[in-house]
Amino acid sequence: MRKVFGFHGGIHPPENKHQSLGSPIAQAGIPAELVLPLSQHIGAPAVPIVEVGQHVLKGQQIAEPAGFVSVPIHAPTSGTIRAIEDRQVAHPSGLSARCIILASDGKDEWIEHSGLADYRQVERSELLSRIRNAGIAGMGGAGFPTAVKLAVKPDAKITTLIINGTECEPYITADDELMRERAAQIIEGTEILSCIVQPDETLIGVEDNKPESIAALQAAAQGTAIEVVVFPTKYPSGGEKQLIEILTGKQVPSGGLPADIGIVCQNVGSTVAIRDAIIDGRPLISRITTVTGESVQEPRNYEVLLGTSMSYLLQQAGYQPDGNKRLIMGGPMMGFTVPDPQVPIVKTTNCLLAPSEAELPTPPPAQACIRCGMCAEACPASLLPQQLYWFAQGREFEKAEQHNLFDCIECGACSYVCPSNIPLVQYYRAAKAEVVQMRRDAEKSEHSRIRFEARQARLEREAAEKEAKRAARKKAAEEKARLAAEQGGAGEDPIQAAIERAKAKKAAQAAGAGGESEAEKLEKAVQTTRKRLDTAEKKLAAAMEEGSDLVSALQTGVDKTRAKLEAAETALADYHRANPSTEPVTAEPEVDAAQAAIKKAMAARAAEADKSPEQKARDNLAKLEARLAKSEARLEQSRAAGEEEKIITALESTVERLKDKVAEARSALAEAEAS
Amino acid sequence: MALMRITSPHAHGPMTTSRVMQNVLLATVPGIIVLTHFFGFGVLVNIAWASILALGFEALALRLRKRPLGFYLGDYSALVTAVLLGIALPPYSPWWLIAVGIAAAILLAKHLYGGMGYNPFNPAMVGYVVLLISFPVQMTSWAPPRGTGELPGLLEALQACFTPASFDGVTMATPLDVLKQNNSLLLEDLWQQNVQFGRWAGLGWEWANLAFLAGGLWLLYQRIYTWHAPVAMLTTLTLMSALFYDGGSSASGGSPLFHLLSGATMLGAFFIITDPVSSAVSNRGRLVFGGLIGILVYLIRVFGNYPDAVAFAVLIMNLAAPFIDQYTQPRTYGHASNRSDG
Repeated sequence: MRKVFGFHGGIHPPENKHQSLGSPIAQAGIPAELVLPLSQHIGAPAVPIVEVGQHVLKGQQIAEPAGFVSVPIHAPTSGTIRAIEDRQVAHPSGLSARCIILASDGKDEWIEHSGLADYRQVERSELLSRIRNAGIAGMGGAGFPTAVKLAVKPDAKITTLIINGTECEPYITADDELMRERAAQIIEGTEILSCIVQPDETLIGVEDNKPESIAALQAAAQGTAIEVVVFPTKYPSGGEKQLIEILTGKQVPSGGLPADIGIVCQNVGSTVAIRDAIIDGRPLISRITTVTGESVQEPRNYEVLLGTSMSYLLQQAGYQPDGNKRLIMGGPMMGFTVPDPQVPIVKTTNCLLAPSEAELPTPPPAQACIRCGMCAEACPASLLPQQLYWFAQGREFEKAEQHNLFDCIECGACSYVCPSNIPLVQYYRAAKAEVVQMRRDAEKSEHSRIRFEARQARLEREAAEKEAKRAARKKAAEEKARLAAEQGGAGEDPIQAAIERAKAKKAAQAAGAGGESEAEKLEKAVQTTRKRLDTAEKKLAAAMEEGSDLVSALQTGVDKTRAKLEAAETALADYHRANPSTEPVTAEPEVDAAQAAIKKAMAARAAEADKSPEQKARDNLAKLEARLAKSEARLEQSRAAGEEEKIITALESTVERLKDKVAEARSALAEAEAS
Repeated sequence: MALMRITSPHAHGPMTTSRVMQNVLLATVPGIIVLTHFFGFGVLVNIAWASILALGFEALALRLRKRPLGFYLGDYSALVTAVLLGIALPPYSPWWLIAVGIAAAILLAKHLYGGMGYNPFNPAMVGYVVLLISFPVQMTSWAPPRGTGELPGLLEALQACFTPASFDGVTMATPLDVLKQNNSLLLEDLWQQNVQFGRWAGLGWEWANLAFLAGGLWLLYQRIYTWHAPVAMLTTLTLMSALFYDGGSSASGGSPLFHLLSGATMLGAFFIITDPVSSAVSNRGRLVFGGLIGILVYLIRVFGNYPDAVAFAVLIMNLAAPFIDQYTQPRTYGHASNRSDG
């Protein structure tokens, strides 16, 4: 006989299991409508892959998993998809959730499916993907995707595989009936599991209050390496962590997984579902659910299609709504009340408990905690529930965490024994939720702080750079002025100086060997201007990207440079037109570039001066309108290209500004015409 | 149909706070019977009068605090305080003495701190200490036990309580007192010269202590509290008295048996230090709590100014309980050490 260990605390509530053990598992039948919530497991909800109106066959996949921790959903019978909409589901929150509504056609027509002839010949990954594709999630109550639980890291050695047939919650007998009636299938499923995880030993743990199950399992396990381990009945032996301690004496590290200590645990219901998936190719579309409590006349176990409404099932068991104040999904210790009997049975619905008021009376008001410590004696996690309650009530969450609030498994043993009727578990749930929220808030504000500081630093850096550039320019200008003052004295005319410089240059060129031709000069001018335009445009683009406030100034600069480039190009073209035979270009003494430029500039000025104010205004307006048209075109282009918001905003402001200017110019023109 | 929405668990065990208190009251009965047998009706009058006053003061406090009377009076906690204080007071105490004690216990020690569950000090012990400091003469005048003289009847007991001036009672030093005053006689001689020493630890006292021990064991069996605090206290008290016994010379502190069965040792161990509200919370904490009380009881009895010491020892350790809690957190499932941060 194998040594079994104990665990701290625990309670012995009235078992109330005999009521539903009288008759074998019954088939609940096919209801007219099945409501299949997309989320029947822990993890991301499945995604529908059927359309409203589509006809589906029994076992056909109707929703696919979304991500790794997720499972698909299959049609429990053949029929038509009536809707995909929000319906009330069995969840402690009482909220609605997305469901696929299937109207059954009564034919119960299977989709083509087949199992594996010999699963031992198949890759482990293939078995896991079959388990996942069959939509199996832990059927003991938590609903964690089974394939994820089995997909332990390749380097992690699993020493013990534990099949959980404990079913320690009062009233529930679904696993008990399953073990009595389908022991052979449990053993088959267990062998598949041990083929997947390759453990050193495989144990099935059963409490000693189920002698029929123990006998059936022992008979079925004959000749296999599977050992059925029996241990004393105590709530909550069936909790994964407690069962592991009972069977191995080891404790799962806080915050860790059983796999961390080389253990994998599976519920007997999940084990049968795995067997069905691998051997028969049958996905998870039904489960065994206990219907019990004094408000049903014939408490028993049913094999029920997922999505069947609770009221349909209750009716079969002879439900008496009078005197039934609450409907519990799960057992009296950890189950939760459902808001409405219309909610569907899901993969985790192991029990429907409809108690009478005498059976589970409405809790009386809580009295003061007298710190009697009965809760600490009952706690299977060796916590100090009275202290946690004290801290939760006083909102001292840090202390509650120090007292390992998050190691609470919410088994309810503390509340059960509390002489003052304090709903302790409720306090812990609320405290946990608050702590989680606080952590999330802290993370968020930390993130914002970092972002704000980064922005602040960038703005400062930019301001400093701008200031440095300005200082450098100022210094250069001063230097220039100083040099000029030193060289030419104060009163020199800059124009004269320029003319002289040009002359000197010309003289130098004439003195030099070849000297640049007019065409080359013009060419050079075009090139430099183009280069300047390039740089200016790059700067503008950069400024836009950063959303700098220099955008408009830079835009003007670019416009100006572009105008200059155009002028230079025109000049070059003019020159070529005027001197078609300048190839190869020869230096012409008569053509004095400097003189010509000066003359040209003078002529332009004269022309400008000659122009009437009206003409000037008109020219100005035309120029502005041209620019506006260009800017608008650019804006359109940016919008069409879907450029960054910043750039578009900058362009918009440019357009706005130009529009203003055009309007100004118009009124100036009107004024000029009037005068 | 509107279904009720409440969170798990939905089932509840049979234990209630009132049942806990009723069990405690029930467990005091053997002790009360023995005390009444040895010291007369004064014990019962004490307890009865204290109970009436406690319920009155409790009701008054609840009224002032605007709390529902029936709900809170039904928890029997005031009655437990009254019975424990009534047992601890010398029989044939005047009515006003009891009234002052109960007022201190219920109003000062309990309701001023927030009522049931929030009192850092044991209310009965606060009441006792207030009286001991304020009225030392009345508080140390114990009636002679049966076997040393005539016991007053019920009428005289009532007279002693309600018209104290007309009652001419005889008093006698308790064995603890006598031992404390002794500095010349060997213990053997002391026992022979003083009739009240009885067989082991004082006429009446030894049997009363055994009766309270029996009540306490029954409470342990009922799982009203754990063994940790009482066992720790009795163990350290035994160790201390064994250490200073020195075979019974005139300077001896008294034998372990004497200390275990005299004064309020068993009442303290099973009814006072097991008050959960004001003690340490964890089992390890209760070991420390009880152990230190045992040491303090001995030190105060033998080296202090007061003959009995349970009340002082308990109050001092009540003060230390939160500190003990800080360092005696049990190891949680899946944790390597006792403290999550250590």
